[in-house]
Amino acid sequence: MSQLGHQPDAPILSVNNIEVIYDRVILVLKGVSLTVPAGGITALLGANGAGKTTTLKAISNLLRAERGEVTKGTIVFGDDQVQSLSPDNLVRRGCIQVMEGRHCFGHLSVEDNLMTGAYTRRDGKAAIARDLELVYEYFPRLKVRRSSQAGYTSGGEQQMTAIGRALMSKPKMILLDEPSMGLAPQLVEEIFGIVKKLNEEQGVSFLLAEQNTNTALRYAKYGYILESGRVVLDGEAAALRENEDVKEFYLGVAGEGRKSFKDVKHYKRRKRWLS
Amino acid sequence: MNLLEAIFIDPFRDMAAAPDFLLQVLWEGLVSGVLYALIALGFVLIYKSSRIFNFAQGIMVVFAALTLVGLHEKGVPALLALPLTLLVMYLLAVAVERVVLRPLINQPDMILFMATIGITLFLIGFGEIIFGGENKVMITEALYIPTGSFEFEPFGGFLLIEQKDLTAVIGAGVLVAVLLLFLNRSRIGRAIRALGDDHQAALSVGISLSTIWVIVWFIAGIIALATGIVWGARAGVSFALEVIAYKALPVLMLGGLESVTGAIVGGLAIGILEKLFEIYWGQPLLGGNTESWFAFVLALIVLLFRPQGLFGERIIERV
Repeated sequence: MSQLGHQPDAPILSVNNIEVIYDRVILVLKGVSLTVPAGGITALLGANGAGKTTTLKAISNLLRAERGEVTKGTIVFGDDQVQSLSPDNLVRRGCIQVMEGRHCFGHLSVEDNLMTGAYTRRDGKAAIARDLELVYEYFPRLKVRRSSQAGYTSGGEQQMTAIGRALMSKPKMILLDEPSMGLAPQLVEEIFGIVKKLNEEQGVSFLLAEQNTNTALRYAKYGYILESGRVVLDGEAAALRENEDVKEFYLGVAGEGRKSFKDVKHYKRRKRWLS
Repeated sequence: MNLLEAIFIDPFRDMAAAPDFLLQVLWEGLVSGVLYALIALGFVLIYKSSRIFNFAQGIMVVFAALTLVGLHEKGVPALLALPLTLLVMYLLAVAVERVVLRPLINQPDMILFMATIGITLFLIGFGEIIFGGENKVMITEALYIPTGSFEFEPFGGFLLIEQKDLTAVIGAGVLVAVLLLFLNRSRIGRAIRALGDDHQAALSVGISLSTIWVIVWFIAGIIALATGIVWGARAGVSFALEVIAYKALPVLMLGGLESVTGAIVGGLAIGILEKLFEIYWGQPLLGGNTESWFAFVLALIVLLFRPQGLFGERIIERV
């Protein structure tokens, strides 16, 4: 593992060498460590099946519902050991996940979807109504669609609903899984832009799992690259963007310009054998 | 020609000839329809929030009624027995969640269905041990349910409406209205609907499955108690009551498993239609006793044309 930089800020989340096993036999994460500084945007990159989603679900403690289990290592969010908290307790403490594929409540209206995000809150109707307006300020499109059934809204609107729903829980940190999935490039930019704004204006920290390495590294401050259940590379986003290996494997550009995907794969395999 | 006439003309001629009798038939149909709707509602709530087809709904009706009557027999005043029975139904909900649902989380639907059959058998045995197996009479008067009847003379004929039936219809109406308000307006109600849509997402926003399940099973218990009182007042309290739960099956097929509206409309429709069919078609043409199968045939026909039921949630497919 090469170290390209340091993170000076105090971490809001630290994951220490965790191992995750599904169904008691399938080893998916083989010792993943990462930290997210308070107020930062950290990207978790890697190909399909690298273990990004599993890492996020281990943090939000949703693994158990899928017969997964953290068998080694620790996850600390704020001052709490995540493993001893139920998912709803974790949401109450300010750590919420936006799942891959949006997972809106299809038969509920957009506004009802947003309101489910406030389920764990106890600070009164007025505060919740204020935050609903805030969400509508960040996502004006949702205000227009507030009474439509979420299942009938577009992919982008559903992604916004899912992020807005998470915001309604007044989170300190959002685990955002693959927000660009199935969206047009323009929409991806729009959503990443809002994430950045939320980070700067509301102070929400983000851990962002993405396959879209290029875009993710432009918005994140720091990045980790996962490959088959291990962190293979990490560093400041700017440094990662310039890193030759990252360019070669994940951005699809090399010294002599763009390469065909076939060659990239071949090179990658050879390199792995050599190392 | 005679047969066609008997099917398409005679019944309506009879209806027109004795409109007071038609009203009586419609009223009787409405009363049993209300009961079907209540039972179906219990099924729908549990199915919506946990995708479990709760086989035990019928026996819960018996168990609730039995507890109420049994407590009264043991000397508890009726107005105290009622909240005590509600407490028992709440404890039952907690027990079901702890002992059955929580350990079986993530298991295939079929296993959970089998588990509800287990609950059914347990409740039959448990109820018998505590309250005995003999038939009992519902404590209608002790609960201040009026037992008299109103007599009307519409169209110069005669219409008899029993006060306890009227109470049942009004009571069920209020119960359903409160329930709908709860589901659509409250925080917990919204969570129940959300859970029905997407378990994973519900978990991810911090909705606690255990809490919701206890609440939903408790609501099903309250509905079971209401059904038990009403049905017990008409037919006595015995384990044979359980069979009315099977009457809810065609209602569910007709109305759709996830739809509250479907359960209500389906229940009323089946109650009224089966009475009408029995009186005007069944008895003269088929020798009567059509009520036992009419609902199932109707449900079958509906299934052929709308597999999700009349009000089943539309499967949302975006193209």
